[in-house]
Amino acid sequence: MVQSPAEHSAAAASARNGWLLSAPALVILAFAAIGPLIIMLVYSFLTPGPSGNVDWQFSTKGWTGIVYAKDIFDDTYKLVDAHMTIFWRSIKLSVITTVLTFLVGFPTAWFIATQAPKARAFWLFLITIPFWTNLLIRTFAVNQIIRNEGLLNTILLKLGAIEVPLKMTYTDTAVLIGMVYVYLPLMVLPLFAALDRFDQRLLEAGYDLYASRWQVLRRVILPIVKPGIVAGSILVFVPSLGAYVIPRVLGGGKQMMVGNFIELQFGQGKNWPLGAAISMLLLIVVTIALVFYTRAVSGERRDV
Amino acid sequence: MSQIYAVQARNAVKAFGQGDAAVRALDDVSVDIRRGEFFTLLGPSGCGKTTLLRLIAGFEMPTSGTILLEGQDITTLPPNKRAVNTVFQSYALFPHLTVAQNIGFGLQMQGRPRPEITATVDRMLALVKLEAMAGRKTSQLSGGQQQRVALARALAPQPKVLLLDEPLSALDAKLRKEMQIELKRLQSETGITFVFVTHDQEEALTMSDRIGVMSAGKLQQVGPPREIYTRPVNRFVASFIGETNFLPATRDGNSLRLAGGYKVDLPAGATMADHQAVTVTIRPEQVRVGDALDSGAMAAHITSLIYIGTDTQCHLITDDSTQIVARLQSAASGEAEYKTGQRVGLRFAPGAAQVLAD
Repeated sequence: MVQSPAEHSAAAASARNGWLLSAPALVILAFAAIGPLIIMLVYSFLTPGPSGNVDWQFSTKGWTGIVYAKDIFDDTYKLVDAHMTIFWRSIKLSVITTVLTFLVGFPTAWFIATQAPKARAFWLFLITIPFWTNLLIRTFAVNQIIRNEGLLNTILLKLGAIEVPLKMTYTDTAVLIGMVYVYLPLMVLPLFAALDRFDQRLLEAGYDLYASRWQVLRRVILPIVKPGIVAGSILVFVPSLGAYVIPRVLGGGKQMMVGNFIELQFGQGKNWPLGAAISMLLLIVVTIALVFYTRAVSGERRDV
Repeated sequence: MSQIYAVQARNAVKAFGQGDAAVRALDDVSVDIRRGEFFTLLGPSGCGKTTLLRLIAGFEMPTSGTILLEGQDITTLPPNKRAVNTVFQSYALFPHLTVAQNIGFGLQMQGRPRPEITATVDRMLALVKLEAMAGRKTSQLSGGQQQRVALARALAPQPKVLLLDEPLSALDAKLRKEMQIELKRLQSETGITFVFVTHDQEEALTMSDRIGVMSAGKLQQVGPPREIYTRPVNRFVASFIGETNFLPATRDGNSLRLAGGYKVDLPAGATMADHQAVTVTIRPEQVRVGDALDSGAMAAHITSLIYIGTDTQCHLITDDSTQIVARLQSAASGEAEYKTGQRVGLRFAPGAAQVLAD
């Protein structure tokens, strides 16, 4: 198609308007997202200053420090097991959190999606209520429930289900309970959005064609709502991996996650380059994980 | 096989709601559907035809009564355990699967071996003439093509009975005509019993071996299309299928006396007492319009004439104010034979008057 000069300039004008309209968003992105990332990247290649901050002197110790550190007793370089443990724990807890929020969130989202429209709005409203309260307060509240003299243990003791209180505070379990609680709405909402669009009549088609309930779930429902599952998993996994408040309060500083470790380097540890390097590493790990995950679940089935 | 019935419903009742508020969607329906027949459930929306279909499919359980499939009681069997497949009104094709995967779904769930699935899917694709579309997603197909996929998917597992829930209602008129012929062809090629639900009387008449007319949760009449059309048992059946005239009549010995003293022979099998008042139905095309001065004809005058092409619909009113509609075949010349207001004499074809039960 040949454009007339008038059409051409109109197209150019609309492109220019598009850029102008998105300028505020682009400025914010540049300052709030890309800027800090570049600063972190630069810091990770500098030398720690004596009282925190950085000295403007190139060094790769921030990065190598993730894996190796000088032993304070015999001055030899050794693998830092503690760092690996923290990284591994973070990944493990985040994966478990994602799986648990899915297992709990899917039936919840299904329940809401199959309600009448009015009831649906009510249930969705209930799901969003926790967002109204500060995360720190909610996390302390969880601690009140799971501590030795807490609600959960009291009920279990009264019921005679246990003889001694379950020790949950300051364990990985406590962190897990807190993360599942806090991130559950982030799983339920995208799952609900996908299930709401799901055509319930397909269930009858599935049963009619000899599928069992399990087969209908696995072969009809799950593949169709997959985009919602992917979205929910990302929304839960990413903040779980970087969680700070929850492991701090419920892990009691003993069960550290990457978020706490980074904070430690910028605070008491006074090793900003190491903190910056771990932040960048976290970003890389998340990006790689997401790319693989998205590829794996969006892959087309080829059988039949 | 000795079993001549594919599906039987015995005193099937389906009530929705509780206590006094309960609505009987299906009220004591018994029907025998023969093997290999094209059986149509015909009725207006809310008459219970879809409910009966869903009882046969297993999506609903009857409140009371039984459903038999080839003599076996399947009343409480879930849908995935019944050798019955459904073509849904909305098609309900799986959007995440290709055409071939949709067609193979039932076979896969039955755990058939892969080579058999592939062979059956290919045969089904050929049957519905969609070989070229095998790898497409169903959203890329037209309405008519989706309809064919839905048919092939339901036929692939070779069910004992195929249920069709108003499958043609979403298609435009031309495509619907084509699919009617296509469905009839598929039914005779596969030999599978079809139970077809529709509210379209023309569809029912053209496609069915037998029709069951339903209204208010009850089966009103079951019979071949010709019988349903010419020998309706009650006012509902007569008026739902085609157009008709209702005339008051009284038995007078071996004849029926209609309005204006006009007499017709008493239909065979009429059981009412002498001098009993009844209603008879006469189809418009069985009404003969002739000269007003013919002796023995029913005197009437024309109130309006509506030209439809093949016919002219002629609205008449008799001298004792009974309204009658007649269908006059259009003349080759295209000239109008009668004028509005003209006085004419009416006669009815022998055997045209049908006595109704109510």
